[in-house]
Amino acid sequence: MKHITDFTILRRQQLGSHYFSLILHHPGQLPSIQAGQFVEVEVKGCREVMLRRPISIHDVDYTANTLTLLVQIVGNGTRQLATLNEGDTLNLVYPLGHGFSVQGAAPLLVGGGAGIAPLLYLAKCYNGRGVRPTILLGGRTKELIPVRGAFEPYGQVLYSTEDGSLGEKGLVTQHPLFSVPYDHICTCGPTPMMKAVGRYAVEKGIPCEVSLENMMACGIGACLCCVTDTVDGHKCVCKEGPVFDVTKLAGFLENK
Amino acid sequence: MVNLSTKIHNITLKNPVMTASGTFGYGEEFADFIDLSRLGGIIVKGTTGERRQGNPYPRMAETPSGMLNAVGLQNVGVETFCREVYPRIKDIDTKIFVNVSGSSIEEYCHVAEMIDEFDNIPGIELNISCPNVKKGGMGFGTNPDMAAQVVRAVREVYHKTLIVKLTPNVTSVVDIAKAVEQAGADSVSLINTLLGMAIDVERQRPYLSTITGGLSGPCVKPVAVRMVWQVAHAVQIPVVGLGGIASAADALEFLMAGAKAVEVGTANFVDPTVTIKIVEGLEDYCQRHNIQDINDIIGII
Repeated sequence: MKHITDFTILRRQQLGSHYFSLILHHPGQLPSIQAGQFVEVEVKGCREVMLRRPISIHDVDYTANTLTLLVQIVGNGTRQLATLNEGDTLNLVYPLGHGFSVQGAAPLLVGGGAGIAPLLYLAKCYNGRGVRPTILLGGRTKELIPVRGAFEPYGQVLYSTEDGSLGEKGLVTQHPLFSVPYDHICTCGPTPMMKAVGRYAVEKGIPCEVSLENMMACGIGACLCCVTDTVDGHKCVCKEGPVFDVTKLAGFLENK
Repeated sequence: MVNLSTKIHNITLKNPVMTASGTFGYGEEFADFIDLSRLGGIIVKGTTGERRQGNPYPRMAETPSGMLNAVGLQNVGVETFCREVYPRIKDIDTKIFVNVSGSSIEEYCHVAEMIDEFDNIPGIELNISCPNVKKGGMGFGTNPDMAAQVVRAVREVYHKTLIVKLTPNVTSVVDIAKAVEQAGADSVSLINTLLGMAIDVERQRPYLSTITGGLSGPCVKPVAVRMVWQVAHAVQIPVVGLGGIASAADALEFLMAGAKAVEVGTANFVDPTVTIKIVEGLEDYCQRHNIQDINDIIGII
């Protein structure tokens, strides 16, 4: 069941110059949320912005009835959201889409840049099943990997940066522990990274789920704007995704 | 008690608020947010003779107070609609219309004929105005003779209420409206999207895979109100108004300009509950202005 609800911003934290996080309080009881699902956030007060912005759910606390969003400032919408303060209300349409399956006994979670956002709640969901995932976080530089410490309690956390400022130097797929025999891979981040991870997984026969972030209008499967090509034709990333089995995506693993 | 009920041809709507094709799926997508039976009507996704994949991604770009889309009539096709979708939506307690689209007169007729069979679909909206398909679509709606030809052909095979959806991308929308009225349309709805374009200057390329697309949202509303007003004064058949409606005040503009009913489109993407707010806002407006019947303000301008 999807909802439209006014949340209150309990806490706003700036994370370097590119990211901020918002802890949002629900006035009642949060509905059940899958890791990998997202919210559509209303953006007020910006002339250029009419549509909601899809943002993945970073964390969920059913006891405190809070959701956490990790937001990268990329355009007019997210720049406007960055001006919100603690105590402000934020209207969400949520929880949207189809999340991760939380399968496997030795999973690898690979995140890049803002794509690390859904992996925190995903790691917690794995912990809930008694599984401690390996979490590989990558970015061009250390500054582009936000909320680094947050993952430590929930799995073995590895880093790689292209400039070597944190962890191994290079791409996530070049990390020495990338090629350990995992039995499930979940990835979210820049498309070239997800393609590289997906290609590796398919080659090794490891089930792999990727989380896409196509541009959206409605977020609920009505406008058909956010489609991706799959083996069954165009599918809405907002409804059938954002998480897809990589083998179901058509043309995704080809080099582009 | 305010009367919000209006009539389109021989169909009585419980209120004038309907949803625009392509913005409300088959209605089901919104069932978590609103009680669909409170709507005056639902115009479901444009349906063609065969299943269509639509245009390649990217097919949406946000623009000031609006958006461009180039979905290109992605839909399951009329047979799947009849077999799988109709049984799911037929008992929603509102008036359900199917937006009938096509690339040829034969295709329009084929779809209309199949929809004619269904008791719970009292009318169709004939889409001769989609700007996002290579063949047909808007091609039929920009020429009065072509428009009349399609409408006459569909009129032959379709026996219920026939609404024809008009494009604003013409020199004289009144000429097209008169032509389709003459050809047997029971009603016209307008406006479909305005042909537009946006360029990503950083990447030095268009935002849409199709280069051009259809502009919708609040930015088109003044154009739409003007066209509805012009057409409402030129034809005898009822006019359904749409284009950028996001509030009861917006809907009232169209009603005062002469629309017997309205369709809410792009605003559904921003607020999935907006249609119900508009229904409530109309009732509230009538109470504040001591209007017993919404029909009393239709066409007052």
